This record gives sequence, structure tokens and C-alpha cells, in this order.
Amino acid sequence: MVGQSDCRTVGRIIVAAAFLTVGPTVRPSVAQDTTAGKIVYQKWCAGCHGDNGAGDGVAAKHMIPPPRDFTGAIYQIRATASGNLPTDADLQRSIDEGLPGTAMPGWNTRLSDRERRDVLAYIKTFSTFFADTTLRPQPLEFGSAPGGGTGDEALRVGRQFYDSIGCAKCHGDLGRGDGPSAPTLKDAGHPIFAADLHQNWLFNGGGTAEDIYHRLRTGLDGTPMPSFSDLIEQKFLTDTELWRLAQYVRSLSPDEPPVVRDVIHAPLIRGALPRAPDDSAWASVDAYWFPLVGQVIRKSRWFAPAVTGVWVKAVHTADSIALQLTWDDRSESPDPAWLEQVGRVLASLQSDDSTAEQPALWPDQIAVQFPIAIPAGMERPYFLMGSPSAPVYQWRWSSSSRETAVAGLARGLERFDPISGGGVGGVGAQAAYDRGRWRVVFTRALASPDTASQLPFRTGRAIPVAFFAWDGSNGEHGTRMAVSTWYFLALDEPVPARVFISPVLAMVLTLGLGMLVVWRAQQKTSYRRQQ
Amino acid sequence: MKGRIFSVVGGMFLLTVCGKGEQSQVQAAPPAIDPAPASASSSAGGTITGKVRFTGTAPRGRPIDMSEEAACKAKYTTPPTDESVVAGAANALSNVFVYVSAGVPAGQTFTAPATPVVLDQDGCRYRPHVFGVMVGQAVEIRNSDPVLHNIKAVAKRNRPFNVSQPNAGMKMTRTFAQPEVMVNLECNVHGWMKAYAGVRPDPFFAVSGPDGSFTIKDLPPGTYTIEAWHEKFGTQTATVTIAGTESKTANFTFAAR
Repeated sequence: MVGQSDCRTVGRIIVAAAFLTVGPTVRPSVAQDTTAGKIVYQKWCAGCHGDNGAGDGVAAKHMIPPPRDFTGAIYQIRATASGNLPTDADLQRSIDEGLPGTAMPGWNTRLSDRERRDVLAYIKTFSTFFADTTLRPQPLEFGSAPGGGTGDEALRVGRQFYDSIGCAKCHGDLGRGDGPSAPTLKDAGHPIFAADLHQNWLFNGGGTAEDIYHRLRTGLDGTPMPSFSDLIEQKFLTDTELWRLAQYVRSLSPDEPPVVRDVIHAPLIRGALPRAPDDSAWASVDAYWFPLVGQVIRKSRWFAPAVTGVWVKAVHTADSIALQLTWDDRSESPDPAWLEQVGRVLASLQSDDSTAEQPALWPDQIAVQFPIAIPAGMERPYFLMGSPSAPVYQWRWSSSSRETAVAGLARGLERFDPISGGGVGGVGAQAAYDRGRWRVVFTRALASPDTASQLPFRTGRAIPVAFFAWDGSNGEHGTRMAVSTWYFLALDEPVPARVFISPVLAMVLTLGLGMLVVWRAQQKTSYRRQQ
Repeated sequence: MKGRIFSVVGGMFLLTVCGKGEQSQVQAAPPAIDPAPASASSSAGGTITGKVRFTGTAPRGRPIDMSEEAACKAKYTTPPTDESVVAGAANALSNVFVYVSAGVPAGQTFTAPATPVVLDQDGCRYRPHVFGVMVGQAVEIRNSDPVLHNIKAVAKRNRPFNVSQPNAGMKMTRTFAQPEVMVNLECNVHGWMKAYAGVRPDPFFAVSGPDGSFTIKDLPPGTYTIEAWHEKFGTQTATVTIAGTESKTANFTFAAR
């Protein structure tokens, strides 16, 4: 019963991470609130941040970035200049709202105001810097955003400074965290990744233009992200220009974080099936966002997936279907430039294999999963690649053989049987990588040569679908991957003519009847008058 | 990185940087002329000189790939190499920070020089690679490259910082409040760029030059522990007793690893 013992291990990790409690050894404390704060800390925080605040709790080895080490008093999210301590308000915000894109949740819905204030006071006791009265933190003067920040001219100015002050060195030309220096970035020896500026909902300090401007001014201490305040002071750029840069960065992400919609609608199109990733037919097709999370159910588990989600578009013709998958990936794997970073990633995470794994040049991969047949009821195969008794049908693509895809049956994580004879009824693929983003198009005939194992696509039915992604340059391969749950794909049926005719017919009939009634009534009235 | 000897000159605590042979040299503090206010008890004391060597084979400096930074690459006629071990003739070892780690009477205070130590970013390298600075003494960080550098100070006893200098001609000044051997400085845009600052409460420190030699001057009589720090080979210590205005020798030999 491997599955059960696995579940128990996961359970233990979760319990340890979230509910670690330590015996009631309360040391005398300088103030009342730090005593109360210690109790809160030991219950809710120590599992990750460690009993002594050194960022070495039992769950720490499952996280990139690792939990904050409070002993150095180095904090990313501040309103103060680089090198300065954070204000209490800065710390309170991180505690209350959490740090998006990391394992740190917001605590404002879980702890009372009092508890959060107390734990803040206690966290400050881990470092002597907070006791140094000469280091009292002063927030910077930020001012407010100049107007017109979403206009073309503002964004042009912002882009100009994005280039001139070297943002692309780490964040990449299009801002997907794929710059030339990105594979070398470290934070206290741990690997760290330049933010993907197209996913502002994952920015540690918040995703508004104001948040971005504040981070540009203060830097993210501890990380490679520096402060740019000196540029204003030394007149290399103006405050407005730095705001424009912040507004440009904000413009790279959608207006609102993507919302998960469970059903992908694949419209019927009249022209040829778009087989190329950049086919113009894709432009008018609706895109659906599916978040991915680490595979933490079976060994080897993976707690630090690089692919945070995948955008999916689908269309079909009378006889074929095409799925376009788009996802941000900071490396076109296999890429030797990332090999050292892969080593750092593997070294930072606790392996649950008996031997630590050596870094290698793994490819990027993506997989689309369906049941072998459209289920009649609600029951679907196990989402994590099926099981020996209930296999699932998958399409797999790898960056090591870009223009091909493999269809096959997965029978659990360990077993994938490719279906030979890809010609008739086989799956086609075309892929393109551009500056931090993969686009892969899968194509197949709707009909299946083997309806027992290779899903025949039918219109008007909810077809379960799930996705898996691997970033080779993040050390991902095999069971170390990002996974989704089941969603649905619906191939829209051609709309029958009666759908358009019926309402018109109904309106004409109603109108006619109404007029008939009025006419009859008028007839009767005039008849009575005549009498 | 040839030819740089940091010496602290008789009671003046002024930093003199003598560069030989290279065009793009550290723009060091002006030549020592005015003596700083003498706060140490003696104006002339003993001197400790010595040479730092290593045994074994020096690791071959890895070439640094500057192809992403044409402006930096253009500053070199021969490909630049990693600076973690800079060896001179007869296995002389430069860039060793030598300082008095114990023996200076507690409570004795020293005034930091008014002139700053200059750290230049030139050719996508820090110049100097290793330097000493007193607590409270200014470190002026300059960018002579027309490319983005960030200067990240990694420290435990001092506050760390991380500031960008995307343009040539930018300057900033920082001080360190606590003694710390060493504060690491690094550029994250160019992962090979590293510098090390030894922050001391007294002026009794030096950095070994290309011939491995160093000089610490004006030590009052006493028995001192001298520590030599090298970024790759670790630390060594020696004990030296100074009786008057004599000159004592302390040589250090590291094992290459």
C-alpha cells in the first residue's frame, strides 16, 4: 500500500508545516505582547520559520524561496531605503496579506488583530538590529502616480527606461524572467528567479503600479533586485520617468488576474485547422487559464514547480480538433546556461529519494490528458495520470523533439505506453519558443481509429481534460512536475438554422395574433355603434 | 589587478593606493598629505611586514565570459579571468587581508580618515578586489562602465544593502557601522563580480600586493594576533610582540586548495 504510506507522509508534512506546536516552555519576555506573540509564533509560524526564527523550520526544505530568516532582519517588502529596517507597518502588511508567489499566506483572516500585532513584536526580537535605536526606520516619500499611466506615450517612456537601466538583464526583453543573468541569480546561496512581469498577481509586494514603483525605489533586500532611488537623486531620471517604468511593467500583466473557467469552449471554425502556433486564426479564439501546482502526492514529490499555469485555446473543424497551449517558461530547455541553477534548485529542496539527484539537461514537456472515452456519469479516472486498472489517454510533447507529439495510455505516474502507428489518427504538434514563452499546438482527427482506448471527440459533450507541465531547467522530469485537476473541453455544435428562425417565427405569430384580436375588437365596436 | 598595496601610513590613517601598469586604475584618495588628527596614543610605533605565499599549484583562473557586455569586454586585450586567486612570482599571493585581530587595548578608539575608500566598477570588475576600511569611514562606490551594475552588500553585523548604478559616472557613498571581516560585495547582473571589504575599528590592516608583501605600521608596544584572510584559502594567524619602534616580520603560507 504505497499510496497510503505516501498519504501519511504528506499528512505529516502538512500537519508539521501548518500546525506545529511546541511544548509550553515560555521564557520570560521583555514585554507582555512578545510573550503572547511567542505563543502565536510557535503555533503558526515556527513550522516554516523555525523555533529560533532562522528560517529553518521543518517545512523550509520544501520551499523556493525559503522562509524568511528573521535573525538578519533583512526584509524584501519595505517602504524604507535599501539597507534600512522595515517599519512596523511594512511587517504588518506582509503578515496580514502574505507574500503572493511564495508559500507565505495572509494571516488577516486566520489570526485576530491582537495576535498579529503580538507576533510582529515577537518576530522583531530575533534580531538585535531592531533594538538599535540609531537604526529607526523612516519610510521614503513616494508621492502619487502621475496620470495617463496607461496611455501609449507613458508606456513608451516606461519601455525606454526598461531598456536603458537594464531591467532586461534579469527580467528579459519581454519581462518573462528569462534575461541573460537570470540563471545565475542567488539569494543567500539559494536559487532565486527574476519575476515573470506578466504575472503581477504573483509579485511578492503586490501587483499595482504603486507597488511596483515602491519596489523600484526600495529594492527587494536580500534578493538581487536593487533600489533605483539613487537614479532620481543623481538626476539620471526623473520621478515621473520611474513611475512610467512602473506603469509599463504593470501593463505587461492582464488588467485582472485570470479567472479559472471550468469549461473550454472549442468553437467550430470554417477554414483550415490552425496547426501553427502563430496561425492568425488563433487570435480570435477565447483563451482559458488553468493554474498548475506541484505534484506532491507521489514520490518523488515536487514542491517548486516553475510553470504556474497554462493558457488553452481550442477549435475544431468538421473532422479535426486543435488545442493551443501557451505557458511562460524562463528557459528553452535543455539549456546548459541553466545547469548550475538546476543544481542549486535540487540542493535547496529536500529530496524524498534515497539518493540526491544530480542536475542534468532535461527538456521542457507538456501533457494533455483525457479519459479513454467520454464518461457517461460523473466518474472520471484518477486525475494524476490514471491507475493500472483505469488508464487515461494522453498527448505528450517534449522540447527535445519539437514537431512531434506522442499519444499513449498512462496507467499511473510510473507507466506510460505510447500508442504506435502515429500516422492515421495520430497526434500532430507544432511548437514555438519566444523569449520566455512556449506555444504548442496539438492536432488530431475527431474520429478515433481505436475507440476503446483513444478518445473519440464528439460535439456537445463535456470531455474531461487535465494538464501537466515540466520545466527541465528547473530540475523537473518524471514525477517532478506541475499538475492540474480535471477540467472540461466542450466542442461547440454547429448551430442549427431553427435556432435563428424559431424566435423570429414566434415574434411574427405573436404580433399576428395580437393584431387579429385588436382587429376583431374594433370590428365589434363599430358593429355596436352602427346598431 | 597588479600592483596595489594598501598601507596605513604613520598615524595619518590615510589610504594610499599605488597602481602600476594599468590604465583603468582605482581613483584612490588623494596622496596622503595632511595628517588626520592623531587619536592613537603613539605617533610612531612598531611595524609588522611580511609576505604571503601559498604552496601547491594555483588554480587556473577561469576565463570570464563578458560577451553579454561589449562595453566591458572592450576594456581587455587578453580575456579577463576569475580573481579568486591572484598569484605573483614565486607563488606570492595577493588580495590577502592582513589585520590585527587581537591585542589592541580595548577602549582605545581611532578616528576614521575623512577621505573615502574608492571602489570602482570598471570593466565589469571591482577595483580593488579586496580592501580595508575603518568603521565609519566612507566607501565611495563608482561606476565607470556604461552598463547596469547593482552593488549588493552581504553582511551579518552590518546592514546589507542593494543599490543599482545603471549609468557610467554614478557615485554613492556608504559607511559600515560595525567591525566585520569580511563584508562581501557582489553584482548580481554579473555573477563573477565580487569584492571583499574588511571593516575594522582601528587602522592596523593591510592588503597583500602582487609580490605578496604587506606592511602594518605604527603599532604601539604590545603582543598582537595577526590574522591573514584569503577568500579561497581561508585564514591563518600569527602572534607578534612589538617592543618599541622596531620592525617585525610575519610571513604567512597558505595551502592551495
